[in-house]
Amino acid sequence: MKMTVNGREVEVPENVRTVRDLLDHFDLNKDLAIVELNQSILDKTTRDDQKLANGDRVEIVQFVGGG
Amino acid sequence: MLKIGPYSFESRLLLGTGKFPDFDIQKAAVEASETEILTFAVRRMNIFEPNQPNFLEKIDVKKYTLLPNTAGAKTAEEAVRIAKLAKASGLCDMIKVEVIGCDKTLLPDPVETLRASEMLLEEGFIVLPYTSDDVLLAKRLEDLGCHAIMPGASPIGTGLGIVNPLNIHYIIEQANVPVIVDAGIGTPSDAAKAMELGADGVLLNTAVSGAADPVQMAEAMKYAVLAGRGGFQAGRIPKKLHANASSPLEGMSVL
Repeated sequence: MKMTVNGREVEVPENVRTVRDLLDHFDLNKDLAIVELNQSILDKTTRDDQKLANGDRVEIVQFVGGG
Repeated sequence: MLKIGPYSFESRLLLGTGKFPDFDIQKAAVEASETEILTFAVRRMNIFEPNQPNFLEKIDVKKYTLLPNTAGAKTAEEAVRIAKLAKASGLCDMIKVEVIGCDKTLLPDPVETLRASEMLLEEGFIVLPYTSDDVLLAKRLEDLGCHAIMPGASPIGTGLGIVNPLNIHYIIEQANVPVIVDAGIGTPSDAAKAMELGADGVLLNTAVSGAADPVQMAEAMKYAVLAGRGGFQAGRIPKKLHANASSPLEGMSVL
């Protein structure tokens, strides 16, 4: 499946079907990650089971140091 | 007690979390400052270099109120998007509106800041706009319903201190919500000066993170804010143009 993650076109294996799978695939910290799918921000409590589709645009952000 | 929207704080020092030498020094500095409010930025995770350490993992997040900023936004719409992403963390509902209008001075865009604040208030955020020291703009932001006003002392990261104390004085004088002097603080005396002017708080980052000893500077800033606040509350003496002896003029038998 092809999708755009944080502005980069990536190809993920077929077993990556949900947001949870995607975060696991890239080995990202699920507590810190905030996910936006096709410009819609996902509720953290329900997002893990959100299905992904070919061509999706995903943004994964977090808090970092700043003033 | 500093009250911002529904929140109350003992400390009047707000600390940024950017550009510290390392997380151990940062953690020690945060503790030495005794701050209760920490600011953060929102940025993309690096999907190709996962598991990079994050300061949030180093601290007890429950002990602090997080104040994410909208840094990086150049329009109100971008600021609103960043604010919504920050809120989706489930960690906070306060937002520091920061819409930079000029890359050289990093001064905030007044029109976009005003628009972003209005949109975020409608969305139910606790809104703290970083603004210039423009007195009328501060008034307009308060009239919108902003929960605090955060005028800059001088441009971000300059350490120039309060370049227009008269404007900061006017902003404090007219405000019915907390005024937090944000950006440009360089030394403890700058922070104390802001508090002596009657500011409700001071937000600083580089002054601590960039100091030769960030931990000692964090502690110094804590005392500076306390001293400045105490001086403001105590009420300073009027300035006079001529001397006025503090020792009695009577009973000088030795002469």
